[in-house]
Amino acid sequence: MRVPIIRLGRILLISIQTDLTDNDALCLQSDLIKKISDTEAQGVAIDITALDVVDSYMARIINDTVCMAQLLGADVVISGVQPFVALSMVEMGSDLIRAECVFNLEQAMKRLEIRMSTRGDICLKRDNYVQ
Amino acid sequence: MSSDLIRVPINGISDIICARLTVRREAARIGFSTADQTRVATAVSEVARNVINYATEGVCTLRDDSNSDELHLQVTIEDHGPGIDNVVEAMRDGYSTGGGLGAGLPGTCRLVSLFNIESRQGLTRVTFSLIRKRA
Repeated sequence: MRVPIIRLGRILLISIQTDLTDNDALCLQSDLIKKISDTEAQGVAIDITALDVVDSYMARIINDTVCMAQLLGADVVISGVQPFVALSMVEMGSDLIRAECVFNLEQAMKRLEIRMSTRGDICLKRDNYVQ
Repeated sequence: MSSDLIRVPINGISDIICARLTVRREAARIGFSTADQTRVATAVSEVARNVINYATEGVCTLRDDSNSDELHLQVTIEDHGPGIDNVVEAMRDGYSTGGGLGAGLPGTCRLVSLFNIESRQGLTRVTFSLIRKRA
């Protein structure tokens, strides 16, 4: 199942709606970095409310994706980490999610807008909508 | 109150999701809290992923060992792959030969009550249990 990536101005929005297989997650990772590069998106919001298990592999994919997005120049905010997912991730003993986390997508968008407003750079491809 | 065994084959990546859904459902049926359901589902996900990565196929067996004092879910995950060369090293944080974070097995160990690995060429068996006193 391919996860859609929605563009809202300079922000890319990803809402994961079902459990992801490893291949789905890797596919999302490559789709996302391609889209960030194509659109010069400055912010990425990833909502993981639907993930009720995040094991060390999925956590690694999330971490790697965050790092890749940051290398390209985008800020990433993750929303919707479930309480018992947070519990088992911490108990497993890794500082798994290195991105900033907020409760919900609305807060993620607000946080990104605030960060983007302080960046001081401009988006050259603002009007170039890439599907 | 032991019931029949539940067996879930692990033959491909999508079976990881199937295995953790099954274990979550069974843990809920036995009466474990949502936190414990998530712990054991995460543990199954970790170990099942090792099966896919290193052995390609295996089987996950769930057994309800609860009695009047405690809730007890035992999970056994077996494969017939090459085995783990050095079990002591594999249980060390940060150790991985398969490109993971190295948090898998030691992390799993911290999520459950009992944890055991037997491994030799042709058989790796990981057994773990979640045990809670009844309220």
